[in-house]
Amino acid sequence: MLFVIAVFNANSAEKAELLKTDWSFKGLFGKFDRGSLQRGYQVYTEVCSSCHSMKYVSYRNLAEPGGPEFTEEQVKAIAVNFEVVDGPNSDGEMFTRPAKLSDKFVMPYENVKAAQAANGGAYPPDMSVLAKARSGGVDYIYSLLLGYENPPSGVTLDEGVYYNRYMYGNNIKMSQPLSDGLVEYSDGTVASEEQMAKDVTTFLMWAAEPHLEARHKMGFKAILYLIILTILVYFSMKKIWSRIESEV
Amino acid sequence: MSDHDYTPKSKVGKWFNDRLPLLSLANHLTDYPTPKNLNYWWTFGGILTFCLITQIVTGLTLAMHYIAHADMAFESVEHIMRDVNYGWLIRYIHANGASMFFLAVYIHIFRSLFYGSYKSPREVIWIIGIIIYLLMMAAAFMGYVLPWGQMSFWGATVITNLFSAIPLVGEGIVTWLWGGYSVDNPTLTRFFTLHYLLPFLILGLVVLHIWALHVPGNNNPVGIDIKKPSKDTVPFHPYIVIKDGFALLMFMIVFAFFVFYTPNILGHADNYIEADPLVTPAHIVPEWYLLPFYAILRSVPDKLMGVVAMLSAILILAALPWLDTSKIRSAVFRPLYKQFYWILVADVLILGYVGAMPAEGLYLLIARVATAYYFIHFLIILPVLGFKEKTIPLPLSITEPVLGGSPMASAVKKKESLN
Repeated sequence: MLFVIAVFNANSAEKAELLKTDWSFKGLFGKFDRGSLQRGYQVYTEVCSSCHSMKYVSYRNLAEPGGPEFTEEQVKAIAVNFEVVDGPNSDGEMFTRPAKLSDKFVMPYENVKAAQAANGGAYPPDMSVLAKARSGGVDYIYSLLLGYENPPSGVTLDEGVYYNRYMYGNNIKMSQPLSDGLVEYSDGTVASEEQMAKDVTTFLMWAAEPHLEARHKMGFKAILYLIILTILVYFSMKKIWSRIESEV
Repeated sequence: MSDHDYTPKSKVGKWFNDRLPLLSLANHLTDYPTPKNLNYWWTFGGILTFCLITQIVTGLTLAMHYIAHADMAFESVEHIMRDVNYGWLIRYIHANGASMFFLAVYIHIFRSLFYGSYKSPREVIWIIGIIIYLLMMAAAFMGYVLPWGQMSFWGATVITNLFSAIPLVGEGIVTWLWGGYSVDNPTLTRFFTLHYLLPFLILGLVVLHIWALHVPGNNNPVGIDIKKPSKDTVPFHPYIVIKDGFALLMFMIVFAFFVFYTPNILGHADNYIEADPLVTPAHIVPEWYLLPFYAILRSVPDKLMGVVAMLSAILILAALPWLDTSKIRSAVFRPLYKQFYWILVADVLILGYVGAMPAEGLYLLIARVATAYYFIHFLIILPVLGFKEKTIPLPLSITEPVLGGSPMASAVKKKESLN
C-alpha cells in the first residue's frame, strides 16, 4: 500500500516536460498547414476514428476555407463511405443511407456505453474539442502519442493498460496508436511516427477551432485599427487639453 | 441634479423638456464639472460601463442560439462556435469580457482604496459599488455554469454545496437551490434565467452609482474638496469624454488581444469536456477573479466558518467608510497608509495565487496567514492608523500641486507621478 502511494507521488512529482514541435498555426499570423491537415484527416479516419468519435464536425467542414480544404467532390466521395441511420420513412421504418455533406461525422459506437464495453471500460473521448480540453493542448496530445514506453522496473501494469510518459498517472488504456509506416500518405510524405503525430494533432486543432485562421486574420486587422485610432485620439486629446493649464 | 436652470433653445425642445427634462439631463451630463487632475486610474468607471454594455449585447446574441438544457447546452455552445455566423467571436468576447470586466473592477476598487474615494460624503456610492460587485460575482459564476462543461458542473456543485454549511436548514436550502438532489437540468435553467436577469439589475445599480456620484462630484488624486464649477474643474465633455475614450481604446487593445490570440487562456481546459456527474475533475478551481475568496474559504478548517469568513471578506468592504478613521482621503498624504495599502495589494494577490493551488502543506499555511492579514488590515490597522498616523499637510487647492506653485506642491506632484 505504501509502495503504491510512493509510486503515485513519484509520478505526480515528476511531471514530464512536454515534447515541442513547430506548429504553423501558432503566433499572430498562424495558419494551418493545408497538407498537414489533409494527412491528419487521413490518420484520423484510418486510425483514430475506429474508436474516437468527432460528433460536432460535419463532412462539409472538410471543404470549408481555413480547414483541410478538400474539394467538394473529394468530400462527397469521402462522405459516401459512411452509412448513417435516417428516417423514419413513410412506412415508419428507419433506414440507412450514405452520408451527405451536411451530416456530422459518423460515430464508431452507438453510444458511450457501447464504446466503454468495447474498450475495457474506458471511453475513448470524443475528439471534436479534444485539443482544447487538455491542459497543454496540442503539445500534450503530440507528446502523448509519442510517449509510449516500457514501464520502469518495479511497475507492473494491469491487463489492457499501457505505460505512457505523459499520461496523468502514466497508465493509459489506449494501446500505442501510431507506428512508422502505419498509413500511406498519397502526397509522398514519409509516414514516420512523429510526422503522423504532428499531422493528426494539427487536424485535431482545426477540428476544435475551425475558425482559427479567420480569428487570427480578423484579430490583426482589429488590433491595427484600434492602435491607429488610439494614436489619433491621443493627439486629439492633447489638443483639447492644451486649452487648459493641466496635464493629461 | 442642480442645473434646473437649463433651458433648451428650440421651442419644441423647451416644450418637451418641461414635460420630461431629458435635455436637462443631457446638459447636466455634458457640463458636469469634473476635477481636472483626475489621473488614468479614474478612467475605469467609463471602461466598466463599456464592459457591462458589451456583456449585455453579446449575451443577448448568445442567448438567441444557446439552449439551456442539460442534454443540449454543451452541444449548443459548439453550434455557436462552429455554425453561427461569427458565433466564435461573440462567445469569445463574452467569455473574455467577463475577465476584462473583473480586471477593470479590481482596478476601480483599488483606486478607490488608494485615494479614499469611499469616505464621506461618498459612502453610498461605495456601498452601491459593493452590491454591484457582489451581483457581478453571482452573474459570472452562473454564466460559467451555462456551457455545461466539467468545471461548470463541478464548480456549481462546490459553490451551491456551501449553503449546506448553514445549520439545520442547510441541506434543505441546497436541494431547493438545485431543484432536485444534485446539480441537474433544473439548476441549469434557473441559473440561465438568473444570469439573464442580473446584468439588468447591475445596469440599474450603475445608474444609481453614477447618480450618487453626481451629488458630491468626483473625488480626485489630491483628495480634497473642490469648488464646482471652478478653475479646478473641467466640463465632462469634451475633456473627460476624450480622456476616457483614449483609455478605453487602450483597454480594448488588451481585450482584443485576449479575444483573438489567446481566447482560452483564462478559462480551464476541463470546461471543454462535457459535464459528467460520475467523473470528478482532479482539481476544481473557480475562475481567476474569485480565487482570493476561494483561498479564504479553504483556509478555515470548519466549513461553516469558512463560508462566514469568505462572505465577511466581501461584506467588510461595505463597512470600510467607518473602519477607516482617517479624515485624509488620498494615500498621497498618508505615508503609513500608503505602505499598508501596497501590503494589502500583495496580500490579495498572494491569496489569489494560493487559491489556485491545492489546499495543502505550505500553500495552506500561506493562505491562512494571508487570510488573517486581510482581516487585520481592515479591522485593526485601518481604525488605529487614523488616530496614530502623522499625515502630510494638504494643499489648499488642486491647482496648486498641478501647477507646481509652491515647493510643497511640487513635492506632491513628484509623489503622484511615482504612483
